[in-house]
Amino acid sequence: MNESIISFKKVNKWYGNSFHVLRDIDLDVRAGERIVVCGPSGSGKSTLIRCVNRLEEHQEGVIRVDGVELSDDSKAIELVRKQVGMVFQQFNLFPHLTVLENLTLAPTWVMKMPKAEAEERAMQQLKRVRIAEQAGKYPLQLSGGQQQRVAIARALCLKPKIMLFDEPTSALDPEMIKEVLDVMTELAQQGITMLCVTHEMGFAKAVADRVIFMDQGQIVEQNSPSEFFNNPRNERSRDFLSKILGH
Amino acid sequence: MSAIVSEIFQPIPPRLAPVKTEGTLAWIRLNLFSNVWSSAATLIALVLITYGANRLLSWGLLNAVFVPDANQCQVVRGNGACWGVVSEKFNFIVFGRYPVSEQWRPFAATALLIALLVASCTRAFWKRWLIGVWAVVVPAYFVLMRGGILGLPEVPTDLWGGLPLTVMLAAFGIVLAFPIALLVALGRRSKLPAIRSLCVVYVELIRGVPLISVLFMASFMFPLFLPANKSPDVLVRVLAGITLFSAAYLAEVVRGGLQAIAKGQVEAADTLGLSYWQTQRKIVLPQALTLVVPSIVNNFIGIFKDTSLVTIVSLYELTGALELALNSDAHWRPFKLEAYLFIVLIYFIFCFSMSRYSLWIEKQVKRSKVR
Repeated sequence: MNESIISFKKVNKWYGNSFHVLRDIDLDVRAGERIVVCGPSGSGKSTLIRCVNRLEEHQEGVIRVDGVELSDDSKAIELVRKQVGMVFQQFNLFPHLTVLENLTLAPTWVMKMPKAEAEERAMQQLKRVRIAEQAGKYPLQLSGGQQQRVAIARALCLKPKIMLFDEPTSALDPEMIKEVLDVMTELAQQGITMLCVTHEMGFAKAVADRVIFMDQGQIVEQNSPSEFFNNPRNERSRDFLSKILGH
Repeated sequence: MSAIVSEIFQPIPPRLAPVKTEGTLAWIRLNLFSNVWSSAATLIALVLITYGANRLLSWGLLNAVFVPDANQCQVVRGNGACWGVVSEKFNFIVFGRYPVSEQWRPFAATALLIALLVASCTRAFWKRWLIGVWAVVVPAYFVLMRGGILGLPEVPTDLWGGLPLTVMLAAFGIVLAFPIALLVALGRRSKLPAIRSLCVVYVELIRGVPLISVLFMASFMFPLFLPANKSPDVLVRVLAGITLFSAAYLAEVVRGGLQAIAKGQVEAADTLGLSYWQTQRKIVLPQALTLVVPSIVNNFIGIFKDTSLVTIVSLYELTGALELALNSDAHWRPFKLEAYLFIVLIYFIFCFSMSRYSLWIEKQVKRSKVR
C-alpha cells in the first residue's frame, strides 16, 4: 500500500461534554485517491472532513496530513491549510469582493504573489471551471451553480494537493447540480486527492475510488463504489441506500 | 367528441382613466382634498402655516435689525430679531478667547484640518500618500494653534476656543476613537479570556457613567495621581476623555456589525490560510462596518455635539464661547436667542454634511450587493 497523504488514528471528538461526534475513526487516504463520504445527517461526516484542515479540533487520536501532525501548533495548521482546499455547502464566497478578487486574495496575501501573477493564475482557474467571463462580477450577481464553481476555482488557486468538498451541491437547485458535478468530475480525473461529502450517488459511482459510509460517528463500511452500492455488507448501509436510492 | 368551438377575439378599445391620476393637480386632489375632512384639515393647516411663516418672516427678516447697534435692537425687541449680535460678537463666538490679532491662525489651521478630513473621506484620495499628508498636516495644525516657534507667539491651550476647538475635539476624538473601537470590538470576541474581560470591563465602565463625569475626572481627578506640573495639558486630558468615552460606544456598534457576519466567511478565510489579522482586515471588518455605517455616523454626529460639554471644565468651544461672550455683556445679553440660532446653523451644517456623507457611503457599498 502507498504511503497515505491523510491518516486518522483512533480519532475521537466531542461537541461539548456529551455529544460524541467522532468515535475511534481510523482512516488512511492515499495520494490521488477520490473518496466519497456518505451517511445520514448527524453521522459526523462533515465533522470528519473539517478535521482534516482543522476547522474542527479533535480531542483524542492522531491526524496526519501530508506528513504534518495536526495539533494546537499554529505553524502545523498553516502548513496543512496550504495543502488543503475546501468547498462549502453555502459557497462562502466573500460578497464584498469581485469574483477575481475572491480568487486573488489568498495568493497575494498568503503566498505573497505579485498581483499580475495572481490574476493570471485566477483567470486560468476560472477558465477551468468555465466561468472566466464573470470575473468582474460580485458573487451575489451569480447563480448558485456559478458561485459554487467560483468557490472551487478559489480553492484551486492555491494549488492544493487535497480538496475537501462539504456537501457542495446540497444548496443548489436541481438544474445547477450538474454543472458543479461536471467540474468536480473533471477535477477528479486530474489526479488531485479528493474527500467529498455528498449524497450524489451517481457522482460517487462515476468517480470515487472508495465510498465511506458513516453512522453515529463511526465509519460503518468502506468499499469500492460497485461493491458498496451493489453488495452493501452492513445492515445500516443497506437501510441507508434503500432510503436514498429507493425513490 | 365535442365540436370544435372557435371564439372570435373582440378587442376592447382603450379609454382614458375616469379620474386624472398624474400631475400636480391630481396629486393635490388625491392627497389634500380627497374628502370633506381631508379638505378641512388641509385648509386649517394652510392657515396655521401661513400665520407661522408670516410671524417668522416679520420677526426674522422684516422687523429685524442687522446692524450691530444695541439701542436699535432694544427698540424692536420682541417684534424683530437682532442679528447685529452675531456681527458684534462674531469673533468671540467663533474663536473664543484666542487673541484677536492671532485669529488668522486658528482659521488657517481649522481650514487645513477640515480640508484634510474632507479629502480623507473622498475615494479619489484613498492612496498610500494620504498617510504622509496626515503626518504633515497634523503637526502643522498644532504649530499654528500653539505657536511658540517660527516666530509665532505662543497661545496656551486654555485660550483655544470657539469653532476651532469644537472641530478639533470632534475630529481628533473621532479619528482616535475609531481604531480603539475596532480593537475593543474584536477584543470582546477574542478567544483569550483575559483580553475579552478587559474589553468588557472597559466598555461597561465607560457606558455606566455620563460624559460630563468622564470630563470632570479627566480634568480634576487625573492630576491628583500625577506629580505636580507633570500631568499633561488639560486639553489633552479632555481629548483623551472624549476619545475613550466615544470609543466604548463605537465599539458596541462595531460589535453589532461583527455579529452579523456569517461564521462561514471566517471558515473560508481560515481554509485559504489567511491569518487572524488578515481575515479581520480583508473579510470581516469591511463587511461588518458597511452594515453599521448609519449607526457609526450617528455616533460621530453625537461626538461632534457632545464636545459642547467641555465647557464644564472651562474650555470654551462654540457653545461655551457664545455663553462667555454674552453673559459678561449686559447690552447684548438679551439677544442670546439670535446668537444661539447662529451657532445652531453652524452645528447643523457640520452634522448635516456628515449625514449626507453617510448616505453616499451606503450607496457606494451597495454596489456589491446588487443582484
